[in-house]
Amino acid sequence: MTVLDMDVSDAKRMARMRVINRIVIYGLLGIFAVLYLMPLFVMLVTSFKTMDEIQGGNMLALPRSPTLDAWVKAWGQACVGLTCNGISGYFWNSIKMVVPAVAVSTVLGALNGYVLTKWRFRGHTLVFGLMLFACFIPFQSVLLPMATILGNITRFGITLRSTFGTSFGLGDPTANLAFVHVVYGLGFTTLFFRNYYAAFPDELIKAAQMDGAGFFQIFWRIMVPNSLPIIVVTVIYQFTNIWNDYLFASAYAGTGDAMPMTVALNNVVNTSTGVVEYNVNMAAAMIAALPTLIIYVVAGRYFVRGLMAGAVKG
Amino acid sequence: MAAKDHSMTSVAIDTAPEQVTRTGIRRRLQDALPKIVLAPSFAVTLFFVYGFIIWTGYLSFTNSKTFPSYALTGGRAYQRLWTWTFENDPPSSWYTSITNMGIFGLLYIGCCLALGLLLAILLDQKIRGEGFLRPLYLYPMALSLIVTGVAWKWILDPGLGLEQTFHQMGWTSFHFDWIKNKDFVIYTVVIAGVWQASGFVMAMFLAGLRGIDGEIMKAAQIDGASTWQVYRRIIIPLLRPVFLSALIVLAHMSIKSYDLVVALTSGGPGGSAWLPSNFMYEYTFRRNEMAVGSASAIIMLMAISAIIVPYLYSELREKKS
Repeated sequence: MTVLDMDVSDAKRMARMRVINRIVIYGLLGIFAVLYLMPLFVMLVTSFKTMDEIQGGNMLALPRSPTLDAWVKAWGQACVGLTCNGISGYFWNSIKMVVPAVAVSTVLGALNGYVLTKWRFRGHTLVFGLMLFACFIPFQSVLLPMATILGNITRFGITLRSTFGTSFGLGDPTANLAFVHVVYGLGFTTLFFRNYYAAFPDELIKAAQMDGAGFFQIFWRIMVPNSLPIIVVTVIYQFTNIWNDYLFASAYAGTGDAMPMTVALNNVVNTSTGVVEYNVNMAAAMIAALPTLIIYVVAGRYFVRGLMAGAVKG
Repeated sequence: MAAKDHSMTSVAIDTAPEQVTRTGIRRRLQDALPKIVLAPSFAVTLFFVYGFIIWTGYLSFTNSKTFPSYALTGGRAYQRLWTWTFENDPPSSWYTSITNMGIFGLLYIGCCLALGLLLAILLDQKIRGEGFLRPLYLYPMALSLIVTGVAWKWILDPGLGLEQTFHQMGWTSFHFDWIKNKDFVIYTVVIAGVWQASGFVMAMFLAGLRGIDGEIMKAAQIDGASTWQVYRRIIIPLLRPVFLSALIVLAHMSIKSYDLVVALTSGGPGGSAWLPSNFMYEYTFRRNEMAVGSASAIIMLMAISAIIVPYLYSELREKKS
């Protein structure tokens, strides 16, 4: 049946159906959008309320007189366990851990991907397969040996300090965590660059080789300048994952001043001394969420691409 | 192939006079350079992943308690886990953990797939403002599970969150205290988990839908098929690879979910929200049962491997041919 065959009433009915259809689609999308936004909205409004307003108040209501007090308190005075210096120190711990871990794992991933696509050797699939599988292991299966190794490194660091006056950074919990994240992030960064470089024309490499360019020259002059998108994807992916990690953080820096942000946040929320200040908890949660949220807002496209690349392998 | 050619030329040069040998060494170094660059990463992976897995496996056959002990004492840890598997009255921690894993795994994967597909199909109806709507479903993926847990803990708290809000709106009989109820607490973990990950599944399905030729849809509609029929009979079957990828990713994320249980429920009343990952952590680091903790980690690893290994194998295989 084509449009020409229909009489007028049929066409009208179709048009009405279309309108209803549209209303249902937009309605459903709207309802879901509200549902998905609700937790963020609740966190935000709660963080701007006073405790008086929260107790007995409606969680969805806008703050009557918005105040930044909870944010200031979360940043500078909230109690993490028994110390009440706010979460700012832990925020910086996370930064100090994330930046080197992301940088090192991205550089290594780029080199690995380059080798695995442009300088293939016998058994390259096996090597890649083993590195790829490492992305998917439950980290529980390496948690304990790593704790033992890090414990030894820390003891060695203490020995060094007592003999030389410096531990050379060995045993520093933040450095330990950065190291752990490099090790267990390598599989992902390698995967990203390998898949990206696999589509990169081999002819360019061949031509450069003819001109006498070596391994690193080709990498620096040809591969790296053409890798901007995948570098952005990898950096965002790694940053988000490492910033959001809790398992390693709680196992290797679960107490003391070296806690990263996620562990500190969980401690703020579960600190049971005195009245629970929900507005401070929510402000702390927002502060913990802000770096990754900002990245998501600024570079959402790359964020999604990273997730996809991590999901669709091969 | 290229590498093979190189090594052949360098072998040929090796037999040449002395001055050429020097360039031969350099040449050989050049040939080995890619492997030298890759070696540290590979060695690190072998040691810190596979070595550590063997180490954990070894520990599971000892009687390590607070500290590792390296005398093998047989599979007692596994025997205990096996006994606990059937100890349901009162439920053992292990029984609770694996039952929760089953409930959580099924519902989490099922709901994420269903919601993800629904949202993707809705968004694929030539929607105005898609660029505005899509990020709203996906942003939870940028948040850590700890933040997710903290937010939902507040929303699901009977005294503060939804229940209180509905009471104020006049619906005073509304009752929702799952988060404090040992039989229902695991479902709150499902709710928060689905909220966090379903947008991501939506993005995967949407990418899949965009990859399907629009002509198929038009052709089927001209043949008189309704939109629903087209989706059920043609489009959804075409999305099979996306289903598979999403399933793998979700299965993997669900087995690893640890943070969410901690942040949302602190383990739930009497450990009633534990997943195997929480069991492992608690037994290893808090209850001084290192051998049992290691055994549970190995069981988790085997469960994930059963899903991931065939998948990776087929993916890498396909690429080769």
